[in-house]
Amino acid sequence: MSDRPADRGRRGFLGRFGKMLAAAAALFGTFAGTSIAAIARAAAAARARFPATGPVPGYDWTKHRWAFGVDATKCIGCLRCAEACKVENKVPFNPHEFRTWVERYVYLEGEEKPHVDSQDDPGDVAAAGTLLNYRFDDRYRNAKVEKAFFVPKLCNHCENPPCVQVCPVGATYKTPDGVVLIDKNYCIGCRYCVQACPYGARYFNDQTNTTDKCTWCYHRITKGLNPACVEACPAGARIFGDLDDPASPINEFIRSHPVRVLKPWTGNGPNVYYNGIDSEVS
Amino acid sequence: MDSLMHVAPFVASPYTGYVYPNETILPWGVLIVIYPYITGLVAGAFIVSSLSHTFRIERFKPVSRLALLAAFAFLCFAPTPLLSHLGHPERAFEAIWTAHWSSAFAAFGYVAGFYFILLGMEVWFAFRADIVAMAQRTRGALGGLYRVLTLGSYDVSERALAYDRKWTQALAALGIPAAIGLHGYVGFVFGSLKSREWWSSDLMPIIFLLSAVVSGVAALVVIYVVSSRVRKTPVDEDCLTGLAWVLWSFLIVTMVVEGLEYVEMFYRSIEGIAEIRRLIAGPIWAGLTIQALFSVIPFAVLSTLLARRTRGAALIGWMVFSSVLVMIAVLAMRWNVVIGGQELSKTAKGILTFTPPLWGREGVAWALTLFALSFVYLWALTRLLPPWEPARVAAPARR
Repeated sequence: MSDRPADRGRRGFLGRFGKMLAAAAALFGTFAGTSIAAIARAAAAARARFPATGPVPGYDWTKHRWAFGVDATKCIGCLRCAEACKVENKVPFNPHEFRTWVERYVYLEGEEKPHVDSQDDPGDVAAAGTLLNYRFDDRYRNAKVEKAFFVPKLCNHCENPPCVQVCPVGATYKTPDGVVLIDKNYCIGCRYCVQACPYGARYFNDQTNTTDKCTWCYHRITKGLNPACVEACPAGARIFGDLDDPASPINEFIRSHPVRVLKPWTGNGPNVYYNGIDSEVS
Repeated sequence: MDSLMHVAPFVASPYTGYVYPNETILPWGVLIVIYPYITGLVAGAFIVSSLSHTFRIERFKPVSRLALLAAFAFLCFAPTPLLSHLGHPERAFEAIWTAHWSSAFAAFGYVAGFYFILLGMEVWFAFRADIVAMAQRTRGALGGLYRVLTLGSYDVSERALAYDRKWTQALAALGIPAAIGLHGYVGFVFGSLKSREWWSSDLMPIIFLLSAVVSGVAALVVIYVVSSRVRKTPVDEDCLTGLAWVLWSFLIVTMVVEGLEYVEMFYRSIEGIAEIRRLIAGPIWAGLTIQALFSVIPFAVLSTLLARRTRGAALIGWMVFSSVLVMIAVLAMRWNVVIGGQELSKTAKGILTFTPPLWGREGVAWALTLFALSFVYLWALTRLLPPWEPARVAAPARR
């Protein structure tokens, strides 16, 4: 290789350039490394910062891990749960805004796909005759029904809630006891969370101008009571309890039934466990 | 119990099949159709101004400053549909002060804010010499406004002007990634949601970006020709042909990418494809037809214009015709994405049919008013800062 001054200059430049590049890469690596470490530390600190008492006096939200069970084999479709929820949580009495609802799956003879409806179906609303009560109509009275079941639905209080992920202000959040809540005094009403929920569990409450959804009756469970829907169910189709308590009804339910969750492919990690539903339920 | 009896002010959409009860009232209406549409116009207008300011393509000079003002005007109005859609608009700034960083919406304030500052600075540098001239010439309150706008800088020496040009060029260059970021982000808002089959696509940011450029260039053509007519000045045909090339190139890429999206969707035919077929054949059939026809027809017209090197009134007339069609096609595309995505139920078992209300906060009238206001605002801006450059057929360019 020649050693002309021009080459030395070029080599010198390349050397300097290489050093600069290495320095920049090192700087970036350090920065990225420290920021990832910083984010991890901050997240750990935030978790540790949850005050043991939480927002409810006398209730330690770090000592519970709530979960919900639905036994579709027991549900009779009476819809007392949906009514109880509306009253308990002041959900507007119209057929478009629900914290919980019940779906009816009916397979007719000779058909592969089920017919599905819920209490908001115009036929069912007409059968109820009022917006204060709900009932399923008798549209299948003369049909040849091969198989039918009811499926109560509600917020799944996911482990990785996409609704929480998309909230631009952090008004909706996951509590340490596993419940996804909404701060009505903070929600800006953009409805991005309504879009992000794959289960249709959220609605926009036009009276508060904020998003609303099931809280598992947080005001009740933090006092040692069951959610209103669980309380109202005459068939024991809704099960609620603490996963951290081995004697809790939810642990007994999960242990003794082949349960599954809805739309597991989303990676959301839903916390409502179903027994007695088929793959048509999503 | 009477207080509990409450009829929702929003209109519930009729449906076939089964949809979740809460889906019967669509969360996002026409305001969220018009929001990405106005945002999109910024991109196209800005790209044209950058072709002149950054890449120094001389033929775009007659529209470069008009394009810059148009981009600025549309950007100022882009947040308005979002703001009027919010349940609590008074809390809107919480998304900036207390941003939740995992949310795409939280980024909007920052991305748009950055872009707003950048465009504002570019406008200032591009118009500084004129501002100084008008500050010295104009009396009264308006003169005062111009004097404030000079920011105390009255130096219009050749050196200072060269400095202005350097800044304009640098800001225009920096604005290109910012513009791509802003529109890619709008696509991300939709594409990143796994809950909606119709939105969840990696191509969404690219489709939004490309169609944004197309609609913005088309809007600029219309604004340029109409303003020239109103001002009774000739249209620079070289510039218009250049815009035809830009529109033609972006249009073909947009059509191919959008086409690929559909081809992929049907080729994969994963679960739920039957409902997608129903959506396409049902509620958004008209929208998709408009989107397709109003893309293909302008493409054919533009190809003919460019192949035949058409000039004169025919060029101007057909360019406006194509541009108006393209603007409608992109608006239809926004509708098909935003509304279509919500008409396809999350149950994958039903289809809703949404009809927007005419009046009210979520009504068509208000959305159109906001859209029209962005043009009124642009008109006011051109009165304050005349961006006109003489057409080069009449006189040589000023700078």
